[in-house]
Amino acid sequence: MTAGLKPTHNALGVAPSWWRRLSLLGGRLYSRPVSAIGTTITILFLLVAICGPLIAPYEENEILASEARQPPSAEHWFGTDNLGRDVFSRVILGAREILVLAGLGTLLAVICGTLFGLLSGYRGGWFDEITMRIFDSLLALPALLLALLLLGTVGQSKYSVLIVLVIVYTPIVARVVRSVVLAVKPQGFVDAARLGGETQTRILFREIMPSVLPTLSVESALRFSYAIFLVASLGFLGVGVQPPSPNWGLMVKEARTFASLVPWALFFPAAAISIVVIGVNLMADGVKRVIGPEQAD
Amino acid sequence: MTATSSADRCVLDIKGLTVAYQHEGEWLEAVREVSLRIHSGETHGLVGESGSGNTALVLAVMNYLADRASIRSGEIQLGDIDLVSLNDSQLRQVWGSKLTLVPQNPQSALNPSLRVGDQLIEILRYQLNLSQKEAENLAIEWLERVHLADPNLVAESYPHQISGGMQQRVMIAMALCTAPDLLILDEPTTNLDVTTQAVILDLIRELIQDQDTGVLYVTHNLGVIAQICDRVAVMYASELVEDAATQDLFSQPLHPYTQGLIDSIPHLGDTKDSIQLRAISGQIPPIGEGPSGCVFRTRCPIAIEICSSRPPLYLAGDARYSRCHRWEEIARHELSAHQPAPVGKAGQRPTQDGEPPTLEVNNLNIHFPLRRSLAEVIRGQPVKILRAVNNVNLEIPAGSTLGLVGESGSGKTTIARGIMGLERKTDGSIKLLQIPLPDKLSQRDLETLRLLQIVFQNPEEALNPYLPIGETLRRPLIRLSGLSKSEADAKVGELLAAVRLPPAYAGRLPGQLSGGEIQRVALARAFASNPELLVLDEPISSLDVSVQAAILNLVGELQSDHQNSSLFISHDLAIVGYLADQIAVIYLGSLMEVAGPGDLFHPPHHPYTEALLSSIPQVDPNSKEAAIYLEGDIPTPAELPSGCPFHTRCPRFLGEICTTTTPPWQVDQISGKRIFCHIPPNDLAAVQKRNITRGSSDA
Repeated sequence: MTAGLKPTHNALGVAPSWWRRLSLLGGRLYSRPVSAIGTTITILFLLVAICGPLIAPYEENEILASEARQPPSAEHWFGTDNLGRDVFSRVILGAREILVLAGLGTLLAVICGTLFGLLSGYRGGWFDEITMRIFDSLLALPALLLALLLLGTVGQSKYSVLIVLVIVYTPIVARVVRSVVLAVKPQGFVDAARLGGETQTRILFREIMPSVLPTLSVESALRFSYAIFLVASLGFLGVGVQPPSPNWGLMVKEARTFASLVPWALFFPAAAISIVVIGVNLMADGVKRVIGPEQAD
Repeated sequence: MTATSSADRCVLDIKGLTVAYQHEGEWLEAVREVSLRIHSGETHGLVGESGSGNTALVLAVMNYLADRASIRSGEIQLGDIDLVSLNDSQLRQVWGSKLTLVPQNPQSALNPSLRVGDQLIEILRYQLNLSQKEAENLAIEWLERVHLADPNLVAESYPHQISGGMQQRVMIAMALCTAPDLLILDEPTTNLDVTTQAVILDLIRELIQDQDTGVLYVTHNLGVIAQICDRVAVMYASELVEDAATQDLFSQPLHPYTQGLIDSIPHLGDTKDSIQLRAISGQIPPIGEGPSGCVFRTRCPIAIEICSSRPPLYLAGDARYSRCHRWEEIARHELSAHQPAPVGKAGQRPTQDGEPPTLEVNNLNIHFPLRRSLAEVIRGQPVKILRAVNNVNLEIPAGSTLGLVGESGSGKTTIARGIMGLERKTDGSIKLLQIPLPDKLSQRDLETLRLLQIVFQNPEEALNPYLPIGETLRRPLIRLSGLSKSEADAKVGELLAAVRLPPAYAGRLPGQLSGGEIQRVALARAFASNPELLVLDEPISSLDVSVQAAILNLVGELQSDHQNSSLFISHDLAIVGYLADQIAVIYLGSLMEVAGPGDLFHPPHHPYTEALLSSIPQVDPNSKEAAIYLEGDIPTPAELPSGCPFHTRCPRFLGEICTTTTPPWQVDQISGKRIFCHIPPNDLAAVQKRNITRGSSDA
């Protein structure tokens, strides 16, 4: 009764705006400590990604040869790596790269997945059959394996990582959207819109889309956390983003060789990955809890 | 009905019970100071619409309230046991032995993974300490007592393998096998079809007759109450407003709400031309938002100043109670909440000669191929076909209303969807104003769509929960009627006014409206494009009784204003009879009978119509019990019986001809009604006149 973003009673008798619903969501997220922590972590990392260059004391690839392999100190909070680069600056500046890459990948996958999911669920028939079988075969492969296969084909660059994210996550988003569409489609108001002569585009985006949004927002947040993880993993495996980029996964890979000499160069980027993934995941879980009870109805 | 002797011991004694739910830190009273006594052998009805508090009362009696609900004051005595003070393990001793329940939905009450027999045996072994062998024998005996045709087979079945009616019989056996002190029946027949309901009611009546179990029968259906209960308690907005013997309550209700409830139900034989239904204005207030003083005063036609103080439960005669300040005036007939019935508006517009019928349906067939499993495909089994609609012919003359009556699964909704273009026909033709309608919705032009509109059954999904009402109403105006945005905005207000909703509702979302209000908006949307044919698919069946009448009246009124034709679909004969100019009765996808509303209730009847008419519980305790019971369940449309589809259950089964030959359409010479039966109408009339048909327009 109380939970959920489904528009219900308000004093003015006016439909709440999306902005109002967003602030409502924020309020509810902060009413549970765990979701509050997750949301705070996510927001902090986003801020770091935006203002990175203002915070970072050094350039990402600035080599301070005389200060190589320094342990954490007041000068170098996270110490310096084997080459003498400031780990703190690299972690800070790496946030932008990984979050932008993962964010953009998720966004594109969500857009593609939503389009496929809407059409597939609404139209049904052979279109649905073919799309879903293709997506099934993509889903049959573990995400990392699929990513490695694809990177082998399209070459290794930032852009190929982006393409990989879209191909890996589109089927998952499409399935989720399709399942909501299938639940909404048989309801009277969709039939009424069809009988009211509405176009398919309008029915999809005006009538059905609002019911998809709550689920989609949970799914997007979850996808985002996995995308961060995937980008870091690919960096660690040495495919995708190439040195000297401050990709956290890549940093872990580079520091691994000297783990006994500069453990801090390995620890801090690894911690950054864990914290941001956990943070986004907790937030996604919170969003799900806020919206969840209605889905169960 | 059991003879009441109030000298019997009291099995349930509720004193000043108040139950409240905690909602956002506030306590909202769902049951307020209710007192009720049930004696052994007595059947006590409890009537209330949704939100009236009867569910909370039942849960409190079961001592099974949710965590956020609690009993704030009062006591509940089951015989000499104080129910409120029992702990969980003590309650388990009481539940199932002294206190049992038959729920509304047997499907969810039976364990789907245990055989029916084992579930019954478990109760017998645990509660009566029987050995496995004794329990098995007794279980079979009980399955026989609830008239299950093959008790051994049923005992071996899983719940999903037997029909809803059979499941409910099993639940009744479970509830009665321990000879409880108190049996609670919570809307036990609400989910069943009317013909099944009649059989189950008869069974309940038979079984409780020879037990001294006290029965609390919760229902919203006054007809059922009249047929089965000795006493009735009426709940409204958390309060018990009247408590009286059934006879007294129906002959002279002493509370205006009871009167309104009785008045708002159309009787068999009432038509919109003869009377307008007397609806109770407004709607039941949400829990905790009722008015101060008398809870009914905002909707009461005879409320005066004194009503703003809370009335006590007056003792109004011998063992009857009314919570109305003015009961004495009502009892002395000085005052009545019973308003003179306004004469209905004549609905049908005079048909001009040569004016084409609005809708012509010829030989309509809608079949669905069922998906085969992989194993079936490999074994080469033929595709099974679900024959939802078979050779249906309908004609709706300009400006008139055709009622389509049938039980669930009879194909009535499929016909509606076929006409609307939401389902594709297999064969036959559908003509709107003599122009054949294309099958697919996408092939129909906007003008065709404009002429054809529908109101759906379920208010919960009729409107897009994310779009404001105004937007929902504006769309057909712009898209179908071709109005500009500003013209449409102005028209939205008119539409809302036509369905008696304030203009401010344009900005609201469906979640803020009650079910009745949503159906009003759905009606407004359907009328927005000024259609020629309006299909109403059970528009009121999910609404509360006191709201139904208002919506029915509104439908009749809008129709006579717009002069459109309509197809009114319902499972309720009285409602269809009230609104329709012609009635078609459908069974298993085939029409059985087509008649005028006056003629439908007089012989000759098709044997199925006859059974339907006799199954409807009358809102009159003096009316006779149902004369005809249909045995068995409706066959599945995937395996249609040969010959006449009704022959498997027909009480007037002739013999081989019914199983082999499709019956002819016979026309009754006197009334002109058409009957799909081998028996000539005159013969039908002769046998049916002997059983004086109930509900012949004496109401």
